[in-house]
Amino acid sequence: MAKVRKGIEVSIAMADAVAQANVDVIAAYPITPQTHIVEHLAEIVANGELDAEFVPVDSEHSAMSVCCGSAAVGARTFTSTSSQGLALMAEIFIISAAMRLPIVMALANRSLSSPLSIWNDHTDTMLVRDAGWIHIFVENGQESYDNIFTAFRIAEDPEVMLPVAVNFDGFILTHMIEPIEYEDDETIAAYLPKFQMKNTLHPDHPVSMGCFGMPEIYTEAQMQRESAIRESYPVILKAWDEWGKLTGRHYRPVETYRTEDADYCIVTMGSYGETAMEVVDSLRQEGEKVGVVKIRLWRPFPNEEFCRAVLGKKSLVVLDRAISFGGPGGPVASELRSALYQKEGAPVIVNTVAGLAGRDVSRNDFRKIILEGKAKAQRGETEGFDLYGLRG
Amino acid sequence: MAKPMEQIKWQELEVGSVVVEVGNALEYETGTWRSEKPVVNKTQCIKCGVCWLFCPDACIVKAPEGHFEANLTYCKGCGICAKECPVGCITMTGEEE
Repeated sequence: MAKVRKGIEVSIAMADAVAQANVDVIAAYPITPQTHIVEHLAEIVANGELDAEFVPVDSEHSAMSVCCGSAAVGARTFTSTSSQGLALMAEIFIISAAMRLPIVMALANRSLSSPLSIWNDHTDTMLVRDAGWIHIFVENGQESYDNIFTAFRIAEDPEVMLPVAVNFDGFILTHMIEPIEYEDDETIAAYLPKFQMKNTLHPDHPVSMGCFGMPEIYTEAQMQRESAIRESYPVILKAWDEWGKLTGRHYRPVETYRTEDADYCIVTMGSYGETAMEVVDSLRQEGEKVGVVKIRLWRPFPNEEFCRAVLGKKSLVVLDRAISFGGPGGPVASELRSALYQKEGAPVIVNTVAGLAGRDVSRNDFRKIILEGKAKAQRGETEGFDLYGLRG
Repeated sequence: MAKPMEQIKWQELEVGSVVVEVGNALEYETGTWRSEKPVVNKTQCIKCGVCWLFCPDACIVKAPEGHFEANLTYCKGCGICAKECPVGCITMTGEEE
């Protein structure tokens, strides 16, 4: 692959990125809206364009089990899923992080049943929020393509050794045709060298993985995971910085748009950031001092960087794409409230849950969410959350 | 084990809590779990090895005289050997007696 800019479906570009990353094993089960990635990868392998094992498994549970096995022998491993598939693989998904296996997943975000829905929101990824994976959220096709490489780079770093999920919105991104700049294979090979695991499954050097742990050791094992994901933070920054130097495309755990002089901000995660920026542009023309804060890195959560971005603002309108049933509101808002608690200059938070199961959130809706959120903040109505567009 | 489990600090664990020491399950003495122990009547024993085959912990060993008995360092006292013995020569006996 040479460096080229082309109009292409984001899923196909994701699959091409996986091939360029020169993976050894792909194990996945097709599920809407992830299907095109897996189909295209199967084609690439069948055509002999990529020397990899494509394992067509019987379920997502098996897909992640295969991924654990292949990563455990030191093979570069990729999988992709969505929604119910993620729910089915949850058992092994969690184990893969505990065993510190550097698997990369393209997670095409889709709502969970029931009602059965194939459309986009973030309910699937929130199910595995605490599983110990690193979670990156992307906004557009280019970011989806780019972050396949950064994900492998982060996952395989000897200081990290954790699986990484690249979250990208189902249909809004998976099925969208966008202009995407491909990097040449040499650039990718230099950015992603072959990796070496310290302990692998090999008959010459027997080890035991995923062992039974008594109460005497479980706490220490959990602390090791907690430390690993926290310590991954500087590695993530470095991986993104180096990618930026190579390609001119820079990523940060928290990204801001027109926030310097903003009184208040809309906070988003995922593809809605693009709409938010457009709406903020038009609101700015009307004199609204509003900016956009985008959470790109969900785990490890970038507490300090987030606080730096928002301390001193009057209010934040936080847009969530999932409900934490019976909890304090959307998962993102809960996280941000917690990050800001007892911090001097903390803005008040108004939480809106919108765009569940692909219900469209147009520019006009964004405008309403932002302006109503600002008004609610001024009235001090900051408890709980609003379900935008709810009838009744 | 290089160190008893309860002394290992979290920083000392291998990445992913991988166990790199081969066969170290031997150091885990599960015999303390036992409330009953299997007692073999050596004269009744036909030396068939069924108990050896069925023991889930592989803790039954063949004695020099040819009969089988449990290694009490590991035997958890589950009683499967006594249940499976075709001649009924194994009796589970309370540890406190």
